[in-house]
Amino acid sequence: MGTSFGRGGATTFQQDLQNSDCIVIMGSNMAENHPVGFQWVMEARERGATVIHVDPRFTRTSAAATKHVPIRAGSDIAFLGGIIHYILKNDRAFKEYVVNYTNGPVLLRDDFKDSEELDGFFSGWHADKNGYTHETWQYKDMDTHGEPPDTDKTLQDPRCVYQVLKRHYARYTPETVARICGTEPQHVIDVAEALCANSGRERTSAFCYSVAWTQHTTGVQTIRGAAIIQLLLGNIGRPGGGILALRGHASIQGSTDIPTLFNILPGYIPMPHAHAHDDLKDFIESEGAKTGSWGNMDKYIVSLLKAWFGERATEQNDFCFDLLPRINGDHSSYRSIMGMLDGTVKGFFCIGENPAVGSANSGLHRRALANLEWLVVRDFSEIESASFWYDAPEIESGELHTESIPTEVFWMPAAAHAEKDGSFTNTQRLLQWHHQAVEPKGEAHSDLWFYYHLGKRIKEKIAAQEEPFSDPIAFLTWNYPEKGETADPDAQAVLREINGWDANGRALSDYNGLKADGSTACGCWIYCGCFKDEVNQTARRKPGSEQSWVAPEWAWAWPANRRIIYNRASADPQGKPWSERKKYVWWDEEKAEWTGHDVPDFNKTKRPDYTPEAGAKAEDAIAGWQPFVMQEDGLGWLFVPNGIVDGPLPVFYEPHESPVKNALYSQQANPCRQQFPRTFNESNPSPSDAHGDVFPFVLHTYRLTEHHTAGGMSRTVPHLSELQPEFFCEVSPELAQLRGLTHGDWATIFTSRAVIEARVMVTDRVKPMRVDGKTLHSVGLPYHWGSRGLVTGDSANDLLNITLDPNAHIQETKGLTCDIISGRRPRGKDVPDFMNAVRTRSHLEGQE
Amino acid sequence: MSRACPEPVEGFIDLTSAAAESATYGAEERDRMGFFTDTTLCIGCKACEVACKEWNQLPSDGYEFTGESYDNTKELSGNTWRHVAFVEQMEPERDTGRWLMESDVCKHCTHAGCLDVCPTGAIIRTEFGTVVIQDDICNGCGYCVVACPFGVIGEKQEDHTMGKCTLCYDRLKVGEQPACAKACPTESIQYGVVDELRERAEKRLEKVQQKFDGAQLYLNDPNDGVGGGGSLFLLLDKPQVYGLPPNPIVPTKDLPQRWRTAGIAAAALFGAVVLCAVSRR
Amino acid sequence: MVKTLCLGPLTDEALRGGIPGTNGARVGKTMSEHALWPVLRQAGGKDPLALGSAAQSLRTADWKARTDGAKVVKSICPYCAVGCGQNVYVKDDTIVQIEGDPDSPISRGRLCPKGSASLSLIESLLREYRVKYRRPYGTHWEELPLERAMEMIADRVLKTRRETWEAKDDEGNTLNRCYGIAHLGGATLDNEENYLMKKLYTALGVVQVENQARL
Repeated sequence: MGTSFGRGGATTFQQDLQNSDCIVIMGSNMAENHPVGFQWVMEARERGATVIHVDPRFTRTSAAATKHVPIRAGSDIAFLGGIIHYILKNDRAFKEYVVNYTNGPVLLRDDFKDSEELDGFFSGWHADKNGYTHETWQYKDMDTHGEPPDTDKTLQDPRCVYQVLKRHYARYTPETVARICGTEPQHVIDVAEALCANSGRERTSAFCYSVAWTQHTTGVQTIRGAAIIQLLLGNIGRPGGGILALRGHASIQGSTDIPTLFNILPGYIPMPHAHAHDDLKDFIESEGAKTGSWGNMDKYIVSLLKAWFGERATEQNDFCFDLLPRINGDHSSYRSIMGMLDGTVKGFFCIGENPAVGSANSGLHRRALANLEWLVVRDFSEIESASFWYDAPEIESGELHTESIPTEVFWMPAAAHAEKDGSFTNTQRLLQWHHQAVEPKGEAHSDLWFYYHLGKRIKEKIAAQEEPFSDPIAFLTWNYPEKGETADPDAQAVLREINGWDANGRALSDYNGLKADGSTACGCWIYCGCFKDEVNQTARRKPGSEQSWVAPEWAWAWPANRRIIYNRASADPQGKPWSERKKYVWWDEEKAEWTGHDVPDFNKTKRPDYTPEAGAKAEDAIAGWQPFVMQEDGLGWLFVPNGIVDGPLPVFYEPHESPVKNALYSQQANPCRQQFPRTFNESNPSPSDAHGDVFPFVLHTYRLTEHHTAGGMSRTVPHLSELQPEFFCEVSPELAQLRGLTHGDWATIFTSRAVIEARVMVTDRVKPMRVDGKTLHSVGLPYHWGSRGLVTGDSANDLLNITLDPNAHIQETKGLTCDIISGRRPRGKDVPDFMNAVRTRSHLEGQE
Repeated sequence: MSRACPEPVEGFIDLTSAAAESATYGAEERDRMGFFTDTTLCIGCKACEVACKEWNQLPSDGYEFTGESYDNTKELSGNTWRHVAFVEQMEPERDTGRWLMESDVCKHCTHAGCLDVCPTGAIIRTEFGTVVIQDDICNGCGYCVVACPFGVIGEKQEDHTMGKCTLCYDRLKVGEQPACAKACPTESIQYGVVDELRERAEKRLEKVQQKFDGAQLYLNDPNDGVGGGGSLFLLLDKPQVYGLPPNPIVPTKDLPQRWRTAGIAAAALFGAVVLCAVSRR
Repeated sequence: MVKTLCLGPLTDEALRGGIPGTNGARVGKTMSEHALWPVLRQAGGKDPLALGSAAQSLRTADWKARTDGAKVVKSICPYCAVGCGQNVYVKDDTIVQIEGDPDSPISRGRLCPKGSASLSLIESLLREYRVKYRRPYGTHWEELPLERAMEMIADRVLKTRRETWEAKDDEGNTLNRCYGIAHLGGATLDNEENYLMKKLYTALGVVQVENQARL
C-alpha cells in the first residue's frame, strides 16, 4: 500500500464499509478473525451491497457473503490479474480518475521491458545478484529533474503506463486465470463485473484483505494487484471504497508506525544504512524526496533526534545522527533466528510473543532458542518459548537434551491491558487509549515499566564503567515521571514525547509545525497531533451516537486525525463531489478551503487548480488535483518505479513450494524470494524438480475465531479452550477417501521439516480443485496449539518452511506442500527416523 | 405498557401462562422480555456462549473435540446456556452452499413445563415474564429436565443444582440487556419486548423469504405447544435440521384437565370423610 | 402439579452457601415483604400456585447485576486490531466484569468471543506473578527476586554488547552496532512501550528489533 499510495496503512476505516456497494474480501477470513469489524460488512449486505469472499475454503465469512469463489491457495495474483484484464479489455476503468489521479498517462522509458516480453522477468534483472536494478522502470526523461514527467492524457501512447498495463495483463483471461486458480471462468467474470458495476461516480467498492495476502513470497505484489484495481476503478479516497488491511493484533499497525522493526525508525523514516548514509545531509538527500510530504524528511529526522538526544543534539554535531547504529542488509526476525543457530546472536528478548509455536518452522525456532546464551521472556503465563528447554517436542524425540542446553532463561510476568495505561493503534490507524483499571499482581509489570527501568539501570552502569561507544546511551533522554510504589513510568508522558513539542515546550498540534533547525522535538512525526492542546487526544470518547458516522471525536487517527486518507480523491479534479451519493470532502469556493465530513488529507487552502511553479519543493510541488500527497508526483501508482524490489507490476508466480507448474512463465516462483536453505529448513521439491511428487498436497495454515494466534491468550482461557479444544486438519471427503482418513480420528501430516498429528475433520466445505486438468487436494490447518495450556496439540507451524517475501520479509504460510496419512504420528526416537526416511525419499540430504 | 397476553390456548388455563404468572408481581410487573435470534445474521462466532459464561460465571463443559462441524459444546446444558449449532449444507458442486449457524437458548415458554413441575418452587416466572431457576432453592431433583421439550436444562457441575438461561435476570433488573445479546457482533441475537420482537420477526421473515424458500419463524405462534416462546427464532431450514423439536409440546399441557379430575376426586373423598365423621357422631 | 412452598423463613445464613463463583454478589439483605414465610405469601397473595412472586427467594428478590454501582474504566480490547471499546467494571480494586463499550463507534458495545473472555484472560489460573529463572544447563526453574533479575539482565545486555560490538564493516563504513542481541515483540504492546523499546535498543546499537507485524 505504501508503494501504491504513499502510506503503509489502511486507506479507510471499518465503519465506512457500510457505505460500500460491493465488498470483496480476499486473503482474509474476516467474519472469523474480525467478527466485530464484520458487523459493518453485514450492515452493507443488509443495505443491498454485494459481498464476495474469494478464498480456498468455505469459511464462516463465505457463509455470510452473497457469493463465495473458491480459488487455489497462492493463486491470488492470477485472480486479481483476471479482474484487471476484464476492466482494461472492456474499457471499464473510471477514466477521469485514472487520467488525473494516477500515473496511468505517464510515459515509461523506451528500454523498459515487461515480464510478458522476458518470460517472467522485467528488464533490470541480474541473475548473479538474484535481484533487479531499477533504472529501466523509471518515467521517461526523468533525468530532467523537477519537471513533471511526459504524459498522454488520452492513454493511447504505447509507452504510457495504462497501455503497458494492458499488455502486461493481456494473457490473464478468465479462462487462463480459472485454469490457474482452479475455479470457473464465470466466477472471474462475475467478480470483475460486480466490481465494475459498483464503481464510478455514483458507486464505490472496497477490498478487505489480511495475512492470507501478505504471508506469501509474493505478498506485497498481491496487495499491489488490489491497489491497481482500486485505482483503475477510482475507489481510493472515497467513502465506501478503499483497501482495508485487517490486522490481527491489537496494535500491529502501531508496531510498524512506531516500529519495532529493523529497517525503520518511527514514522517510516528509514534506518541509516552503512553504505549510503555518512552524515545527516547524505541521509536527508538520499532518503527524503524533493517533492511530496517526504520532502520534509529533514524536519522529521531532526525532530526525532531532538526527542531522543535532547540538549545533546545540536546543529554542530549533526543532531547526534552519528549515534544511530547502521544497518547493512536484512536483519529481520528470521535472519536473527539463523544468527542464533550460528551463534552470532547470543541474547534474545521475547516480549509477548511465542515463536516456539507461532513462527514459521517453529521447530527451527526452538532449536535457535536452545542455542542462546540468555533469553528474556515476558508474558502472562509460561509459554512454549519459555519452557522449550524441558518440554519441546525435540526433547521428547531425543534430538535436544535439557542438560545440554546452555540458554539462561528469565521468565517475567507481564501486566495485562486493564492493568496499565497506554494506546493501541488499530487496523484503521486509530490510536485508542486504554486506562489502567487495577494494579497488576505480584511482580507483574507493564513492558513500559520493564524497559524504562532496564534503561535506567543501563544508563547508571554505563556512567560507572568503561563501555564501547557509550555516548548514545549516556545522551539518551530518559526522564519520565514515576508513579506509585513500583515507580511506574507515566505512559502519558511518553505519548507526549511521541507527539512532540515546540521551542517553548508546548505540545505540537500537527506535523506541519515541525522544524529542521532543532527547535522542535517529536518522537514519531505521523503521530504528531495526538497530544494536541496538551490533551491526550487518543483518550477522547465522545459517544459514536452523538456524532456523525465518521466519528472524528472518538480517539485520534494518524495522520492529523484523517479517517479516510487521500480523501481529496473523493472530489473531482475541480473539487466538486463526484456525486451527491458519494460526497465526502470537497472544495468550498466561498470559504476558499477544503471541507467535508472528514479532515481533508490535503493542504486545506490549496485550490483545486493550483499549479506548482517549476522547482517547487515538498508539498508545494503537489498540484491542486493530485490527491496522493506522500508520493513525489502526487499520483496513485498503477506502475511502481521505485520502492519495490521484485518488479513494478505484479506477476503471477507459483508459491515457493507448489504441486503445480507455473502456467504463464517458465520462471516458477518469485525469483527475488528470500530463501534460507539449511538443515531443518529444507524446501520440499516442487514438480518441475525431481521428486516433486513426494509432497502432493497443498498445505495452508489459518486461525479460528475461538483462538488467538499461538494460543498464549486463548489456550489459557477455559471459555475459549472448550470451543476449539483440539488441533484438527480440514480435508475434503475425496482426500479422506484417497488417504483412508476417518472423520474424528487421527491423521499424520508431514513436510521435509516436521511430522505432526491432528484430529481429522472431513468436510464438504473443502473442495478438491481442478488445476490445469489435474485434481489438487489441500490440507487446512489452524495453528493455535502447542505443548502447554488448558488444551494442547501439535503446532502446525512446525511444518512450515522459512522463505520470505523479498519486500516485507514475511514468510509464506498460506501455500506450501505436504503429505498426509492416516493414524497417529511416530513418537520419541521414531520421529528422527521417520523424518530421515522422508528426507531420503525426497532426496533432500545435504540440501544446504 | 404492552403485555404479552396471548389468546388462551385450549387445554391451558390462564393461571399458568407467562402473563398470569408475571401478573403476580402486581405493580412490579414489567413488559415481557425475550430474545429474537435471527440466524440469517449469525456468523457462528460464539461470542454469545462466552459472554454468557463470563457473566454467569459458568465453568467450561470440558475439552472434547466432537467433529460436529465447528460445534464442540454440543448442546445446552447446566453449564452452557447459549449454544451455537453448525449445520453444513454444501451444494453438490461445492463452490457454494450454506453453513447454517444458530445460537440456541432457553425458550422462556409462555407455558413453561419446567416451572409447572418444579416441586420446590425453585423455578419462578419473573416480573419480566422470563423463567428463572433459583439455585438457592433448587434441590437438584431434575423433574424440570424431563419436563422441558427442548432439553434446555441440565445439572450444574459445581453445586449439582439445575441450570439454564435466566435471560440475565440480574442485568434486566438494573436496566441492562442480557450479556449474549449485548456481545453479539452482528445483531443476530436481539433482545426486547416480546410483542415487538414478534412483529420484527414477521417483517424480517417477509424479507428473508424472498431469498430463502425454507425460511421460517420458530416459537412465534401463541397457539403452538408451548404457547409461543419468549425466545423466537428465524430459521433458514426446518427446526429439526438445527436439532430443535418441530412441534414442541409442554408435557403439562393436559395438567388442568387432570386437576379438574383430581379436584372432583378430592371433593368426593372430602365429602366421604365428612359424611363418615358426621355419621359417626 | 400443585406445590407448597417452604414453611420457615429463609435465613441469610441459609442463603449464603450457594452459587459458587459469584463472590456473594447475589446475596442480598432481607427485604420486608420477603420476610413473610413463603407458604403464607403463597396462601395470602396473588400467586396461589407459587409460580411467580410468591416463590421468589430473598436472594432472588435482591439479586442484581454485580456491575451495578461499580466504577467503569474505559479500555480497548487486547486481542485483534478491530479495536473494540471495552468497559472494565471495578469494585474494591477488583475487576468484576469486562464487556463492550456501547459508546465506541467501531464496535457499538459488541465483542467477539475472545474479547468477551478478556476477564478470564486476566484472571486465568495459568497466569503467573513471580519471576522464574533457569540457569544455563539447568533442569528446573528457580525463584529469583525481580530486582535481582533486572540487575542480571542489565549485566547480560552490556556484556553481550561489549562482546559483539561492531564499529566498522570490512570496507571501513561505520556500523556502531551490537549484533549479538535480538528482540521480538508481540503486537499487543502499547505504542508507548514500543517507543521506549525502539529508543533504548537504538541507543544500545541493537538493530535486530522485530515484531509480530512481520510474522
